[in-house]
Amino acid sequence: MSTAHHETELEPHVHSHDHGHGHGGEAHGSLKGYMIGFVLSIILTAIPFWIVMGGVMTSNQTAAVVVLAFALVQIVVHVIYFLHMNSSSEGGWNMLAMIFTAVLVLITIVGSFWVMYHMNHLMMPQMHEMSASDAHDMP
Amino acid sequence: MSTHHAPTLDPSGFYVTGEHHTENGTLLGFWLYLMSDCLIFAVLFATYGVLNGSYAGGPDQKMLFDLPLIAVNTAALLLSSITYGFAMLEAHRGRKGAVIAWLVITALFGATFVGIELTEFHHMIGEGAGPWRSAFLSSFFALVATHGLHVSFGILWMIVLMVQTSKSGLTEQMTRRLSCLSLFWHFLDIIWIGVFTFVYLMGVLK
Repeated sequence: MSTAHHETELEPHVHSHDHGHGHGGEAHGSLKGYMIGFVLSIILTAIPFWIVMGGVMTSNQTAAVVVLAFALVQIVVHVIYFLHMNSSSEGGWNMLAMIFTAVLVLITIVGSFWVMYHMNHLMMPQMHEMSASDAHDMP
Repeated sequence: MSTHHAPTLDPSGFYVTGEHHTENGTLLGFWLYLMSDCLIFAVLFATYGVLNGSYAGGPDQKMLFDLPLIAVNTAALLLSSITYGFAMLEAHRGRKGAVIAWLVITALFGATFVGIELTEFHHMIGEGAGPWRSAFLSSFFALVATHGLHVSFGILWMIVLMVQTSKSGLTEQMTRRLSCLSLFWHFLDIIWIGVFTFVYLMGVLK
């Protein structure tokens, strides 16, 4: 920004930091925001570890889904409280880039699983009545 | 902020079109880099997801993963995230000494994380479960070590910023650099959420 801002940057700020959007173009957080994020992420980390290490759930599949759900919530918490993401930071371009990336990530990961699961499924020896010796050659 | 600037010689007025504009676009550019880094991790996660059942007769997740160790590691990285947050708060307050102190603490937590991870890798390789053992282990090492390498370079970057901050003080440039590393560091914590959930916790559940 302008040099006027440059000079104020050098001296300790007197004004409050609750306004969210800084002069540097980046939205910087408050102590309260960081603490909320930290406490939430401790809770959201501790519960999945407890579920898995304590063997809380009888069904492993259910446990996996729950653990994954906790991870997704924790990612959102980190993005909001640590990366200070909101729809207006950097004029909305941050959010747009992140949504675009999330779509690409989803396509990459879900697409890979989908394709490879079906390929493994189709290549299972018994599906095509292969002989035992053929099945042996399969990786 | 008004959208209509009086015709002044302030060069920044040239860029102002909305209520908010970026400062040289550095942080936006760095954000775009992080998003492309995110794609690298997405590919590595997908590879691991596809190959995590290909043991080639070797050890599986349950035999290899030590969850209490991973819990300690996760705690170290999470603590380093909040201490970096404190460093940023002090940076915006203009307190140089406090910034450097928090950065040192953050780097120590980061080093703890890398140290524990290296111990884990050393232990696994000692048991014959190195990346060459099976497709599962190749993809495991590729994903987890890429993250660990990012954290290591983050620590290096942090040390450079500590030296620069102590020399030049909290100038506008320094605050901007600290903000970039802040994004990088918190981003790595987010990737680690994916790693400990998808690789370690769900691996033990299999």
